[in-house]
Amino acid sequence: MAKRVLIAEDEPNIVTSLEFLMSQVGHEFRTAVNGEDALRLAAEFRPDLMLLDVMLPLKSGFDVCRTVRGDEALKKMKIVMLTAKGRETEVAKGLALGADAYITKPFATRELLDTVKRLLGD
Amino acid sequence: MSRLRFLAVWISAFALLAGAGAGGLLLVDAVLAPEDERQFSRLLALGGDILFVFGVILFVASGFLATWLVRAYLTPVRRLAESTWLAAGGNPAHRAEPQGPAEVRELAAAVNALAGRHEALLGAVDERIRQAHADLDAEKSRLAALMSELASGVLVCTADGRILLYNEHARRLFSGAGAPGYIGLGRSVFSLIDRPLVVHALDQLRDRLAHGEAGPVSVFLASAGPSRLLRARMAPIMGTAAAPADPREPSGFVLLMDDVGEDVASLEQRDRLIERLIESTRVAVASIRAAAENLENFPQMGRERQAQFTAIIGAEASRLTGELDRATRGHADLARSHWSPEQMRAADLVAVARRRVEAQLGLAVASGDIDESLWVSVDSYSMAQSLCYLVRRVHDELGGRDVRFDVAASGRHARIGLQWTGARPAAGYSTAWETEPLGARGEASPLTLRDVLDRHRAEAWHEDDPATQGGRFRLLLPLAAPVRGRALPAKVSRPEYYDFDLFSQPGPASALDERRLAELAYTAFDTETTGLEPAAGDEIISIGAVRMLNGRLLAAEVFDQLVDPRRPISPASAKIHGIGPEMLAGQPTLDKVLPAFRQFCEDTVLVGHNAAFDLRFLQLKEAATGVRFDQPVLDTLLLSAVLHKDLGEHQLETIAGRFGVSVTGRHTALGDAMVTGEIFLRMIPLLAERGIVTLRQAREASQRTFHARIRY
Repeated sequence: MAKRVLIAEDEPNIVTSLEFLMSQVGHEFRTAVNGEDALRLAAEFRPDLMLLDVMLPLKSGFDVCRTVRGDEALKKMKIVMLTAKGRETEVAKGLALGADAYITKPFATRELLDTVKRLLGD
Repeated sequence: MSRLRFLAVWISAFALLAGAGAGGLLLVDAVLAPEDERQFSRLLALGGDILFVFGVILFVASGFLATWLVRAYLTPVRRLAESTWLAAGGNPAHRAEPQGPAEVRELAAAVNALAGRHEALLGAVDERIRQAHADLDAEKSRLAALMSELASGVLVCTADGRILLYNEHARRLFSGAGAPGYIGLGRSVFSLIDRPLVVHALDQLRDRLAHGEAGPVSVFLASAGPSRLLRARMAPIMGTAAAPADPREPSGFVLLMDDVGEDVASLEQRDRLIERLIESTRVAVASIRAAAENLENFPQMGRERQAQFTAIIGAEASRLTGELDRATRGHADLARSHWSPEQMRAADLVAVARRRVEAQLGLAVASGDIDESLWVSVDSYSMAQSLCYLVRRVHDELGGRDVRFDVAASGRHARIGLQWTGARPAAGYSTAWETEPLGARGEASPLTLRDVLDRHRAEAWHEDDPATQGGRFRLLLPLAAPVRGRALPAKVSRPEYYDFDLFSQPGPASALDERRLAELAYTAFDTETTGLEPAAGDEIISIGAVRMLNGRLLAAEVFDQLVDPRRPISPASAKIHGIGPEMLAGQPTLDKVLPAFRQFCEDTVLVGHNAAFDLRFLQLKEAATGVRFDQPVLDTLLLSAVLHKDLGEHQLETIAGRFGVSVTGRHTALGDAMVTGEIFLRMIPLLAERGIVTLRQAREASQRTFHARIRY
């Protein structure tokens, strides 16, 4: 069943792959290249799931996550955080702020798709 | 001689003369026959006026007699007494000047003879003491030498933080711009390092001692000024003479300090480098992996899409390569800065190697083109050893002749060439040459050429030189920034950087006034000025001071600063101190100098000669600078008047001569301060002989002298 996915990522080459993957599994998607865009699109597009990079320009992924989780209207949205740092403390922080899953770059596309599938209850 | 005493002598003389006259008359009266007696009485009655005149003459004559008696006997005797005290106390070489009548001169000669024996006896005792302490002194010197050569700063302190010992390195750590305070014997370590840090470290040591740990060490980081970070290691000192009842309570501590500012900065830099490398690699690999997996997992994708993912893989792989190159360069730079060998000119390294080859192998090595401007960062010993090793193998195994070195620049490296005429090394030579120990004839070394090259991030290889009938080694060494004129710190002759007597000194809590003069810390000081009238606008142009502790002048702990007075100097005063306007240009102004001087003399008693003059200048600046000198002051001029009021002059040179203090640097602030300090130290035992033992007694005795009434 087609779902809505918001891709918040500023690395164009990763965006290309993520967009391709989402289209392959039949999800509708939008892309934000900074934290503020991500929040704006989250309110407009009302995605079921957000693939959220931690190091976004203007507003970090952690801030975006915190804001989304404080918004009643967006509460049900699933969040998968993507990071290039991958420190244990960072993973703990992301999960504590309300992320549903935390994936460290480089990731296996299969793992990413499985996680998205699991969270969207397909 | 007081007027009262002179009057007493006069009256006594008069009474004596008058009594003698009256006695004579009574005697005459007694031996006369009755008739003659009547005649005599009549005569006396008639001659009343004559008797009165005779009485007046007698009175005047007795005055002269009294004056003569005082000048001839009492004054010389009194001077003789003061000279005797001086010879017995402050200056055993002092001799009484024979004056007055023969009897007094004879007495003076006897006193001088006694003083001579006393001096000889003192000399003998001093010699025995000197001999008895020779071993101790030698040990102290060895300790001082050891301390001064240590690469770490050392501070030894009492448990309450007073500094007993420091070395030259510690002095350098706490000097220069932004230094938190002055280092000095008897000063508090808390003016240099934050008190809570030291107290915390000491508490940790106590805890660990209480748990029976042997030789505990506490480590902490402390800042010394705005730009310096120190790693301090604290170890306790147990059981000195002044140790408290609890044997586990340290009586003091040793601090070993290293400047780790650069190390910490370099570690931070390394962390940043690694962090950046990890992040950029993860991002690039994520793109590559996702693209590759898409290509693999979705083979049915269109050609355009395939080309897109293939391009992503290519671009990200290039980016990754760039990031790795950058990290490699950054890491090499860091490694060089972290391993901190000496920086020297490549030309000097080659010269060292040539001398070594000549000394060890007896071979002459020529030098070809040498670029004198190149600096390298090397352990010169192991690198010169390596060059020598290469020459040896070239000579022994290849029969190399006409060996010569050259030095040239090659990008970010210095290229050292070793050329020779003769055979070239066979293929595969490098394994043996690089991995066998460097040790040359009679000299063992665990290092190999490869070790030395790796350590220096250097490389060496052989290349055929078609121009010559021989071979050539190339050695590439990373270049270093040139070192420019870094002045070595001035060596202080026998610095007095330790004073273990402080262990037995009472704490700072007791009131200074009741403390014994012999146990106080002093700052002897002097100023030079534009003129002699502070109230008329004359200004200080130089302040000199030296610290004194436990009866010693600490010649290494001085304050010596010229001051820009921002006004002309009177020619008369310039003639005295020799300081001209050109010397004062660019010097700090008094508002900058006074706070530093205040800090220098903190917790000490000020000692000056005619200190009222200098203090007046300082007091006039109180309002403008906010710096107040409220510590006790002693004045050697007043103390001299206390000790030797009949010896006349109390000028600095005169007193110095009296106490056998040699005068150098007179009329420089520091020179005068040092002379004043030496004099003061010699006054302390003399004052004690007169019952003046505490600071309060010295101040009160000074106040009573005539000179104390002079105001500026």
